[in-house]
Amino acid sequence: MPLPEATERWTMAINEVTIGAGPDEGGTRKSVVKVGGEKSLPYMHFEAPMPNRTVVAMEVWDCVPTDWAPPLMEALGDVVNSPAEWAKACEAKFGAEMICLTLKGTHPDFGDASPDAAAAVVKSVLQATGLPLIIWGGGHDEKDNLVLPKCSQVAAGERCLIGTVKEDNYKTLTAACLADRHNLIGESPIDINIAKQVNILASDMGFPLERMVMFPATGALGYGMEYVYSIQERGRLAALGGDKMMAMPVICQVGQEAWRAKEAKATAEEFPQWGDEQERGPLWELTTAVSLLQAGADIIVMRHPKALAALKKVIAELMKP
Amino acid sequence: MIVIGERINGMFRSIGDAIAAKDKKPIQEMAERQLAAGADVLDINVGTRVAKADRPEVMRWMVEATREVTGKPLSIDSPSIDVVRAGLEVASVKGPVIINSTTGAQDRLDAFMPLAKEFGTGIIGLTIDENGIANTVDAKLEIGMRIVSAAMENDVPMEEVYLDPIILPVKTDQNSPRVTLETISQFKMLSDPPPHVVVGLSNVSQQATERSLINRAFLVMAIAAGMDASIHDPLDEVLMNEMITAELLMNMSIYSDSYLKAYLQHG
Repeated sequence: MPLPEATERWTMAINEVTIGAGPDEGGTRKSVVKVGGEKSLPYMHFEAPMPNRTVVAMEVWDCVPTDWAPPLMEALGDVVNSPAEWAKACEAKFGAEMICLTLKGTHPDFGDASPDAAAAVVKSVLQATGLPLIIWGGGHDEKDNLVLPKCSQVAAGERCLIGTVKEDNYKTLTAACLADRHNLIGESPIDINIAKQVNILASDMGFPLERMVMFPATGALGYGMEYVYSIQERGRLAALGGDKMMAMPVICQVGQEAWRAKEAKATAEEFPQWGDEQERGPLWELTTAVSLLQAGADIIVMRHPKALAALKKVIAELMKP
Repeated sequence: MIVIGERINGMFRSIGDAIAAKDKKPIQEMAERQLAAGADVLDINVGTRVAKADRPEVMRWMVEATREVTGKPLSIDSPSIDVVRAGLEVASVKGPVIINSTTGAQDRLDAFMPLAKEFGTGIIGLTIDENGIANTVDAKLEIGMRIVSAAMENDVPMEEVYLDPIILPVKTDQNSPRVTLETISQFKMLSDPPPHVVVGLSNVSQQATERSLINRAFLVMAIAAGMDASIHDPLDEVLMNEMITAELLMNMSIYSDSYLKAYLQHG
């Protein structure tokens, strides 16, 4: 008996977003990445080949993290003392494809670094690496509105990906990214309706939808990941079905979420039955990332070098037709 | 929803006058206004003021005028194969086209389906056959199936087939809306993938006093029954907003606070 035809026909593709600009386009990046462009659900190569594979970024902070688990800090080594050195190591040693510079140190509770200091860090990281750059605010809306426009300005021409804009705080950063021709991340709290609304709001300001990436919030394995997964999947189905306001590539903050889980950072001494934390932490991060690949993640931000290397292997396997 | 804007029709005075004066401007303006209001397809109908012999030429002229301002799909609206062919020849050069329409009568199917194949167009099939307009669900389904089969035989893909169950004015046939709604949901089960289902919406309110209200109420009900295309006036803003909202309530689009704006700006 012949098998019934199972391929789905979709009406729309996900937008393709280019991040990074080389010297020919007025930037200084040695590599440029394209994300998105999917015409079907992830890795359904029989329906439509994936034009771009998921890109793996690595997190770099502008200050030394004080609460990261020892296995993570040990794997990164001394480079965490300098954002530029850290970024350099991500590129040369750890194999990252993008840098995600998180300006945690600008948050009033984590050092309150000035906008100028943050801009100087952005500059130093751009000089230290040829990878495309994601610039992520410290998570304090008012401060981000002072910091991020400065960072956007010093990175003008580099076509960075900057975030995040939210439903109730989007005007300042959207205007800055529009002026300096960067890409923009729209954030929503695991809420598909707000995700769409943020995109509409930015678009209303004249920001091109084709330069937006969605951050629908990420949850780690064991901490709401099924929910995050289903939101991401529903958004992708809507986009492929023709909803232009949902047709953005998706970024996931996997490192940050996975390493918040007790299962990732608890020591073997505390929980002997859980096994060696040197292996367990990276595995927790990797498993979270691999699951989100299936939901359609286009950019995954990681922390542990070992988890990052393993994730790249998984992606390469999945991309084989 | 696929909105087929009905306003470029010689039956409307401004368009009829434009045809008589050979003035492209009112036609082009109406095309642009309807597209801005959310039309996906523009219906082109020469109306009845033009002498029969002149209709192919007038259709050609109207299509050319419209094509000067848009590459969006056009629906070539005439029961005459000569008029339809004249329209297709110029319309299909720059953009998609829908034939509006064939009936389920065998001689019409034999003439129009090969035309849809030849020009690679969509085609609307009315539930009318040799015996006239079918007025029961079963009779409508039988004709619908005949149209679907004719499309298959002629290699016209199901994505290009639009079945029109024909809604009669509620003022003269109050049973028609209910029968039509039942037919819409059954049409969607005729094949996989299913054909589109379309109605000429304003027919439901012919001769009635509360025309807009009746159109709006029926459109919402028909969307709930599974209709996915409609020939109506996109300049009726309340009608359009109710349509967008009905799709939202049917979970066919994702809610956001600005969903009306999002639809009209970005489809």
